Amino acid sequence: MDFAAVITEWFPYLIGGIFATLGLVGSALLLGVLFGLPMAVGQVYGKRPIRFLIGIFVWFFRGLPVLVLLFLFYFGVFPGLGLEAPAFLVGATVLGLRGAAYQSQIFRGAIQSVSEGQMIAARSVGMTKLQSIRNVILPQAVRVALPGWSNEYPNILTDSSICYAIGVMELMTRTSQIVSQTYITMPIYLVCAGIFILLNYAGMKVLHMIEKKIKIPGFGTGAA
Amino acid sequence: MENNETILKVKNIHKSFGDLEVLKGVSFEVKKGETICFIGPSGTGKSTLLRCINLLTQPDQGSVWLGDAEVTNSGKNINHFRQKIGMVFQNFFLFDHLTAIRNVEIALIKVRGMKPKEAREKALEELRQVGMEEWAEHYPAELSGGQAQRVSIARALAMDPDVILFDEPTSALDPELTREVLEVMKKLALAGMTMLVVTHEMGFACSVANRIMFMEHGEIKEQGSPEELMSDTKFERCKNFIGQFDQINGD
Amino acid sequence: MDQAEFLFQILLPVLMEGMIVTIKLIVFTAPFGLILGILVAVGRVYGSKPISLLCKGAVGFIKGTPLLLMLFILYFGLPSIGITLSAFVASLVGFIMCNGAYNSEYIRGAISSIKEGQIIAAQALGMTRMQAVRHIILPQALIRAIPGLSNEFIYLIKYSSLAYMLTVIELTGAGKMVATKYFEFTEVFMIVGIGYLILVTITTIAVMLIERKVAVPGMTQSGRNMLDIL
Repeated sequence: MDFAAVITEWFPYLIGGIFATLGLVGSALLLGVLFGLPMAVGQVYGKRPIRFLIGIFVWFFRGLPVLVLLFLFYFGVFPGLGLEAPAFLVGATVLGLRGAAYQSQIFRGAIQSVSEGQMIAARSVGMTKLQSIRNVILPQAVRVALPGWSNEYPNILTDSSICYAIGVMELMTRTSQIVSQTYITMPIYLVCAGIFILLNYAGMKVLHMIEKKIKIPGFGTGAA
Repeated sequence: MENNETILKVKNIHKSFGDLEVLKGVSFEVKKGETICFIGPSGTGKSTLLRCINLLTQPDQGSVWLGDAEVTNSGKNINHFRQKIGMVFQNFFLFDHLTAIRNVEIALIKVRGMKPKEAREKALEELRQVGMEEWAEHYPAELSGGQAQRVSIARALAMDPDVILFDEPTSALDPELTREVLEVMKKLALAGMTMLVVTHEMGFACSVANRIMFMEHGEIKEQGSPEELMSDTKFERCKNFIGQFDQINGD
Repeated sequence: MDQAEFLFQILLPVLMEGMIVTIKLIVFTAPFGLILGILVAVGRVYGSKPISLLCKGAVGFIKGTPLLLMLFILYFGLPSIGITLSAFVASLVGFIMCNGAYNSEYIRGAISSIKEGQIIAAQALGMTRMQAVRHIILPQALIRAIPGLSNEFIYLIKYSSLAYMLTVIELTGAGKMVATKYFEFTEVFMIVGIGYLILVTITTIAVMLIERKVAVPGMTQSGRNMLDIL
């Protein structure tokens, strides 16, 4: 079979997978911030039982392979709760919770790095602890954490391909489908690899742009 | 020890970094057992001169001879000469991951191919020479600057060099620590080691050196024995330079 | 059939077999991944321009490509150009490439953090550049890279599960088989997960012990950082 013709024929189908892939990555990053940030605050300022619970959550989601988490949630947890969720939703949830576990640790490090003097200063002007965290600590911590947070993107992007195992119609799954339809392997795999590398590159560019945009003098390369 | 054999010849060394000509044709000869101190304002090429002698910096022009063999243009053989020309650095450059004694013995084992047991004995002997045998098992980070510098002298001594180059060995040290290093160096000089020392320690230079070379703008401007330099009127610039130090040091 | 019987008679024996395959994958990968990481890092820092660029390109390609895709290339793709690997070997090759690429980044970073004086002092003693790199630079770089390298080892434990996607029946695959047969997904995958947590935890503790053993005053940070992985 003519390889060029195959690529032209199937390319739109493959490209369609980009949306699912980016959807998975986007939810992982979004959930990562939405849950990861409060978790970080809880781990630094929370009471003992709260810190303990968050610690267990982080330990669990960082210690398990993505594949096992996907199987656990797709075949076990979601049906167990009586939810008939589409594979994409399960994939997004798993990557999101995992993202929260990883990103909470980045935010935690950032909060700890700005906390001490800033907290005392904020309290001394009459803010409550919560107000201090929200108005003084977090705006700084987020900026310190940003480079480390951006570096999560390539990991999440490549991890998202594992959602193939539960049949999410993202790049990897579509690649496999095309391969099994056309029996052309190497060229199609390499095109897929090229798309991932491109997404990786483009995503990092965007994140660096955001980094630059919200940069304040004296901040920036704080957290590794 | 009284021996007139010339051990090191430096002929017409030139070196530029970009547009900056750091060495403008430096020549001198060193006899076995001599201690020569290089003094002069900062940035006049003294350290570069030392590095050109063992080719850590490649001179643009000129030659260096150790005995009858040419060091410059020695190609791969340079590592043989570097074993014979020891070097002690301003910032010690001890190997951070090795204990004091391992610092001294590593080149014996890896470069000279000595047996580990033999190397250890020799390393211990060299540490004893500099009064550091009790610190043999300590890491560089656990040593004071003076102690670290003494270990690095032992490291250079262990290779049985014909000559040792000291590149501002005490400039990174507090005054008390300076003294312990200078004492070791003085002992070495008296024992007949051939030494080239770049230093700002005028007291050391005047009491230990056989010859003092005063360098300025990449050239040896004046040279002679300490007595000559201090008494003879033709060494004006050098005396002025030393005078500055006396005023600063207040002695 | 009650729960205890299912757990002890059926599940755990199968999982143990899978665990052995997982451990094999990890143990065979790690040393080669380390050697590859060292070679690539040295190639990038000290190699000639073409070698350095080649190493850089290879690392970029491997890091940018999902490991799962890499495994597919090795297992399903290579036969088209006449190279056929067993599922186990294809997994090993993929893991070694991945592990080696990331290791090389940590080692390269550690090499460039070593002050220039170290190599100058080595050369002044008559060491060749190769000797200086081997006896002075690399030992220091490896000590400094321990936290990163052990992180990578922990990632390896986890991504070894992807071998199942090539039909290698390791821990995850063994769990999947039992779970599908007995329709016990939550329980089985929780226990599989605990299996991985045990491996990760043992590694973390082992790393702390190793760090303490090779600790060099002034060179290594305290082992406390490692606790964060738990």
